[in-house]
Amino acid sequence: MRRIPPIGAPRNTGPLVTGPLVTGTVVCAALALSLSACGGDDGGGSKGGAGTASLTGRGPITFVTGKDRSGYLQKQLDGWNADHPQEKVRVIELPDEPNDQRQQMIQNATTRSDAYTVLNLDVVWTAEFAANRWLTPLPKDKIDLAKMLPATVTTGQYRGNLYAVPSTSDAGMLYYRKDLLAKAGISAPPKTYAEMWADCDKVKKLPQGKGVDCFFTEVNKTESVTISAVEAIGSAGGSIVGPDGKPTLNTPQAKQGLEFLVNAKKDGRMPKEAVTLDTEGGRRYFQSGKLLFQRQWPYQYALADKDDGSSKVAGEFAVAQLPGPNGPGVANLGGHNLAISAFAKNKATALDFIRYLTGEQSQRANLLATSQAPTLASLYDDPEMTKRFPYLPVLKQAITNARPRPVAVKYGDVTAAIQGDVYDAVTGKKTVDQALTDLQGKLGPLTAQ
Amino acid sequence: MTGSLPRRVLSYLGLAVVAGYCLAPFYWMAVSAFRRPQDQFDNSIVPARWSWENFHAVFSGDNGFGRALLNSLVVAGCTTVLTLLIGTFTAYALARLDFRFKNAVLGLIVATTMFPGISQLVPLLKLFTDIEWINTYQAMVLPSLGFALPLSVWLLTAFFRQLPYELEQAAMVDGCTRGQAFRKIIIPLAAPGVFTTAILTFIAAWNEFLIALSMVNKKEMQTATVAISKFTGVSGFDQPFGTQMAAGVIVTVPLIAVVLVFQRRIVAGLTAGGVK
Amino acid sequence: MTTTYDGTPSAADTAAADGARPRRRDVQGTKRLAALLLSPTLLVLALVIGYPVLAGFRESLYARGEGLDANGFVVQGERFVGLDNYTAIFHGDRGDAFWNAFGNTTFFTVTTVVLETVIGVAMALIMQQAFRGRGFVRASILVPWAIPTAISGLLWRWIFQADGAANAVLRHQVLWTADGFQAKMAVVIAEVWKTSPFIGLLVLAGLQMIPRDVYEAARVDGAGPVQQFWRITLPLVKPALLVAVLFRMLDVLRMFDLPAVLIGVNQKSVETLTMIAWFEASNLRYGSAAAYATILFLYIALIAYLFVKLLGADIIGEARQHTKRPRRNRPVKGKRKKVTA
Repeated sequence: MRRIPPIGAPRNTGPLVTGPLVTGTVVCAALALSLSACGGDDGGGSKGGAGTASLTGRGPITFVTGKDRSGYLQKQLDGWNADHPQEKVRVIELPDEPNDQRQQMIQNATTRSDAYTVLNLDVVWTAEFAANRWLTPLPKDKIDLAKMLPATVTTGQYRGNLYAVPSTSDAGMLYYRKDLLAKAGISAPPKTYAEMWADCDKVKKLPQGKGVDCFFTEVNKTESVTISAVEAIGSAGGSIVGPDGKPTLNTPQAKQGLEFLVNAKKDGRMPKEAVTLDTEGGRRYFQSGKLLFQRQWPYQYALADKDDGSSKVAGEFAVAQLPGPNGPGVANLGGHNLAISAFAKNKATALDFIRYLTGEQSQRANLLATSQAPTLASLYDDPEMTKRFPYLPVLKQAITNARPRPVAVKYGDVTAAIQGDVYDAVTGKKTVDQALTDLQGKLGPLTAQ
Repeated sequence: MTGSLPRRVLSYLGLAVVAGYCLAPFYWMAVSAFRRPQDQFDNSIVPARWSWENFHAVFSGDNGFGRALLNSLVVAGCTTVLTLLIGTFTAYALARLDFRFKNAVLGLIVATTMFPGISQLVPLLKLFTDIEWINTYQAMVLPSLGFALPLSVWLLTAFFRQLPYELEQAAMVDGCTRGQAFRKIIIPLAAPGVFTTAILTFIAAWNEFLIALSMVNKKEMQTATVAISKFTGVSGFDQPFGTQMAAGVIVTVPLIAVVLVFQRRIVAGLTAGGVK
Repeated sequence: MTTTYDGTPSAADTAAADGARPRRRDVQGTKRLAALLLSPTLLVLALVIGYPVLAGFRESLYARGEGLDANGFVVQGERFVGLDNYTAIFHGDRGDAFWNAFGNTTFFTVTTVVLETVIGVAMALIMQQAFRGRGFVRASILVPWAIPTAISGLLWRWIFQADGAANAVLRHQVLWTADGFQAKMAVVIAEVWKTSPFIGLLVLAGLQMIPRDVYEAARVDGAGPVQQFWRITLPLVKPALLVAVLFRMLDVLRMFDLPAVLIGVNQKSVETLTMIAWFEASNLRYGSAAAYATILFLYIALIAYLFVKLLGADIIGEARQHTKRPRRNRPVKGKRKKVTA
């Protein structure tokens, strides 16, 4: 990297007489030119051809992802780059915010730029990206999908074709305070909502149960409330969008599911501030010891178990399957998949790189370094892993039974509609029936096609 | 302003209220930055335990934050210099020259600030991709220049007009050219206004995010606001609030310090050179 | 008719000999100088704003990505739809959303601009009074304006959380970030905090440019502080103040970041017109997004026009005077220009 001479901006913001201003301008122009000369060579802004199914071409590629959290990704890339000096991978980091990541990828696709090669996609983006022909179809026979959890593989497909390979997964679990349940004489976590409320009533009678709220699942008006709705309606045996792609909110199951969320809020089972708590707010609430049962992602396990003083419940909680109305409920599926941009060059290299990142060695190392849920089934049964991550068996079952969010090309509109009506029902602005009728009406045109 | 004792007390009280109003939330930001990550969500007025951990995290290995600060400096500095140069010319014409369509020009300039910024993004991205400006400074400077010019031109025009034309006339009678009269008389007298315009332009360019994010995909070229948006917690869900607040302190404090140092020298110096 | 004359290098020499021509040459020269001085700004604006806006306007007349083909792919290509993207904005649910956002945008503009102006002018007057510590306070009022919006949005979100600092100070739990009127208040508070320094700084700069002797003269005439404020201070800083207020209005009418970070997108109580345009664009309806942007532009242009018409005599009125009646009004100036041209 060329060193930047310490000239230009700071000195020239002040002097306002014309002489220095002109000098400053010249310096700025020179600086811009000299630095762009060292920055613009392989930045990749030129147009690539539209994607075809053929995965040809070898050479340098880019990997587009939200920032790596563990510092481990670069090691994995270094390993790859050492073995493939002609096919090096450069990381393009996107903002932490998923919306910003999606926006950058879409911008890149609409300008048909070849700057992005391998994309790290959220599971709910697959349909939109595939239907717009922004992704290259992948050959199923060249990737070892059989070793992966089937639910995760489904998220990488659109209309029966494979567009993305699952690299990490995620699913909701029920966190519960085992210390409080034990004090109340309860030996096992609840399997149904009725059991959950009964357990909560018992705990609330204990002196330690004062000020403890029963249950929390996210109902703030974000993607989270869509997830809560998918889980609640799925646990009641219903769905938001049926297998035929049509909305199914006019069913008794959908009503039962939504009523669970609405009543949990209305009956005070959830904290007063539930509508303002996001995922992190929920974690803080649980870690402050004010919550008995909580629907949460696996990431909370390690954080809530820290004994550095940040969590009051370290060592006092465990996880189980989410409860349902008549037996165990179902979780919603999260996670990320790797895909190849339709406008990229060197797609053969890209496919090899995806196989490398989703292979057993990489996934094992990634789990150890980041505790992100893997997609390979075998890792969940590995004694070394389960010892380190005691929640893995519960998580495996949750992922296996998990429901995806509605698969829709216009997912952004679908989830906004769900968020609006479910939130209105939970906050009492609409009755459950009204919310479901409205939502059924809105989703009809959005999913028809 | 001599002022009696009660009046001085009152004005200092006023200053304290203004400073308190502006700095209280900033204080909260700084305090949050100095908490240990595990105490992040305390509401105590002073951190129970002080820690530099968040600041270390901002500059940690692969963030490239130092380089990002430098990039921000280059982009914001170039934008400010160019805006002042071009803006001063234009404002001079609007404030002092007689020509038709002056209102139309003023109206046209202000009209360009009436569109939401997001609507300019995709066409500019297409354009800059075509001319291979992706990952360059000019791809960030030029849009920032466009965003900063309308306000600067209008402000400078207003400030120049505030000064009596007779001053320049006198200088021109004394043999100065039009340009000399402007440079030697108007600029020094308008220094507080020009300096304020410079500060506002610099801050706006320093804080620009959307263009900087879209036009650059190389870490070595990203600006500080873009780098901050990439901070992460330990998982996809937890927000690195402390680190973000620390970064906020880091990008704000030098700016203020520079203003503090520069405003005395420049404003005082230039004003002294003008007509007393 | 004057073209042949102007281009020649010897024009200056012959001009002295001829009494009628210099003035024409002067007018031409002024025009040229004006064109020269204006062109860089207009060029930059044409490229950075003009071109994208025209591209956007064209986009707003088209629709694309409608429907899927048999294999589930989005149908490619675009279709001319005339003003359909515009009329669709006012129909059904989208009409309700539009008028809601229109109301929010207007509400935010009125409340924040009024509060900012009052607080900003007060700040400037206070800072103008004191002579020690002014530098420090002047730098410190920059702080709210200097913090990047995304970060100050996060800061305020944290302050307004259910267990955050605002509720700790109030000793009462208000759910600020839940969709509702309190969310509007949270946005107004954060926005006013962030932007009153902008007005304060500009008014202060205007104040500093008022020559001291004007006040001395007023004091000799026996004007009290209040009279001085209304008769001298306000009229003299009015141009700077009006420009500051105008640009604040233009900014807040396009507000997006702060409510998006502080409360969130798709929240009825804080959704602004720009946020709807953003939502449309992020769901690939670029035509519709451009239509919202154009309607927002028309609304902003109307408000700016009314503002300048009603209050802005000093901004544009003087310009009109300059252009229309230069010679009648300022005969001396006209002559002097000739001398020095």
